[in-house]
Amino acid sequence: MMQPEDIKQMIETGLPGARVSVTGDGHHFEAEVVAREFAGKGMLQRHQLVYRTLGTKMGNEIHALSLRTLAPDE
Amino acid sequence: MNIQDKIRQQLSSDRIVLYMKGTPQFPQCGFSAKAAQMLGACGAKFTSYDILSDPEMRQGLKEYSHWPTFPQLYVNGELVGGCDIMIELYQKGELQKLVTRAQG
Repeated sequence: MMQPEDIKQMIETGLPGARVSVTGDGHHFEAEVVAREFAGKGMLQRHQLVYRTLGTKMGNEIHALSLRTLAPDE
Repeated sequence: MNIQDKIRQQLSSDRIVLYMKGTPQFPQCGFSAKAAQMLGACGAKFTSYDILSDPEMRQGLKEYSHWPTFPQLYVNGELVGGCDIMIELYQKGELQKLVTRAQG
């Protein structure tokens, strides 16, 4: 079973320098991600950037992930 | 017809399309229920497809959109996003505008 800490680590690896906090129960998770990559991007692209760091886990082991995505100055 | 062509065809035949778990009347997941509800509240006439009854479509959509979860909302053939994005747009009144424009 995935732990919030595993997800945090995967996002941090995929988006170096991002500030990430994750909570969850093993199936449903919530994450807040602050990354400079998000600046100037819309929500769709921000979410896609985060999903990419989680690869095939997203939608499989991770049933649901509520995302809040912010650029550093937001 | 392969699955990617089938998706393209579905998206070109209807302006507002929701791929979800279950149906608007009998949703099988809280996020899908919420998505259908928000569209209803905006007065959207939308077409929905139950991806739980079609595993090939479910996988095909993930590849089509590079978006791994459901629900997925498409307006005029373009992915708008999942439940989180819909909530954010809804709260800003932008989901309503998107629907009105698509149906106008």
